[in-house]
Amino acid sequence: MTRFFLPVFGVTALMFAGAPFVIADAPYESTMLLVQKIFYFHVPAWFVMFTAIFISGIWSARYLFKGDRNADRVAFAAAEIAVVFGLMGLVTGPLWGRKAWGVWWQWDARLTMALLLEAIFIGYLLVRKYGGPGSEKLSAAMAIFGMLNVPFVYISVNIWRTIHPKTSVVPTLGPGMFGAFWFSVIAFMLLFALLMHLRVRLEQQRAALDDLYLAEEP
Amino acid sequence: MPFRVALLILKKDFLIEVKSLEILSTTLFFAVSCLLVFSFAFVKEGSPVQDAAAGILWIAIAFSGTLALGRVFERERYGETLRALLLAPAPRPAIYLGKLFGMVLLMFTTEVVLVPMVALLFQAPLFSRPLLLFVLLAAGTVGFASVGTLFAAMLVRARTRDIMLPILLYPVTIPVMIAGVQGTSALLQASPDEAMATMWIAIVSTFDVVAITLCLWMFEPLMTE
Repeated sequence: MTRFFLPVFGVTALMFAGAPFVIADAPYESTMLLVQKIFYFHVPAWFVMFTAIFISGIWSARYLFKGDRNADRVAFAAAEIAVVFGLMGLVTGPLWGRKAWGVWWQWDARLTMALLLEAIFIGYLLVRKYGGPGSEKLSAAMAIFGMLNVPFVYISVNIWRTIHPKTSVVPTLGPGMFGAFWFSVIAFMLLFALLMHLRVRLEQQRAALDDLYLAEEP
Repeated sequence: MPFRVALLILKKDFLIEVKSLEILSTTLFFAVSCLLVFSFAFVKEGSPVQDAAAGILWIAIAFSGTLALGRVFERERYGETLRALLLAPAPRPAIYLGKLFGMVLLMFTTEVVLVPMVALLFQAPLFSRPLLLFVLLAAGTVGFASVGTLFAAMLVRARTRDIMLPILLYPVTIPVMIAGVQGTSALLQASPDEAMATMWIAIVSTFDVVAITLCLWMFEPLMTE
């Protein structure tokens, strides 16, 4: 990945610089007009969060059952990124909801699930930071539970009223919006890959430094 | 064999507990105090706030359960017997099961006191469908205790375990809480909604199966140093 880092970085930077123009250029949605534009940030942020959660869960399982320390670093990096992008989704969502629904927050299935996953992964980071020795395993268990909790929370809250736009709106987007939407998604995914790369590298080097430090001691 | 080991661990914990009644009495008193605080907050001019009983019952169960979970492994830590327990020539999942049985038994005992008290203090018709309520409580308790026992066991060595246990446990057991509260309030309606309650019982039972399988599977790598 190191070889590809600069080119990918360049493409991502260009895409983010161009994003405002692409989004401004996309046609207005017929009922929500300007408010709908936040969709180009909101949905890609959740795409990244869910990708990060699944990476964190699967790599945590690999760490726990195979003892692969590198998998733990990947899981940790993914958990951190999941929290950051989850916050982005949780901030942009109510901004839109205030205009579209008239309220900041609704106890809707998707909103509740997002909030809980955010809580689980903040728990992950807290236990990682303050759990003391052995907290890597604890947080790995947390990530696995977090990943497997997704369907349960979804089903149990879905039985309440759901007013969030369905995920099925994505394939029905108008031609202008379709392009702008997938442009945003790709830009966010590239940003995710870059952040993951940097974060995993940082953890690897931190571990290497620790090993050197331990080797130096008499 | 694993089942026998689990029962032996349950017996050991039970015998120690019977001598002092330390965990049971403190947990019970805490649960009752919780209910009293809620009744000061939610009973206005002699009548309770509408539909509050189901939520109060489950919050009291979760709070007292968390307290009990923190104490169950504390005893092993004080006596420095955790390592001995782990060194015993017994399968690790059996140790987990034994602790889980003990925890479920303890929480059931608390609920035997909590349910009539909620019915009394909040004028809730909790006994209109006793069998469904019993199954719902049993499934919810097993779900909460299964995840809780695993987390409490993992946190035994952590310095910040008192605060970490609720932080980790509550977000993960939210499906149990939603199902428990919704199922109980379906039973508390003027004409109990049995179909709704049965559906929530099915959801919690599925959660139980997934959680226990996962816990049995993870207990071994998690408890290995």
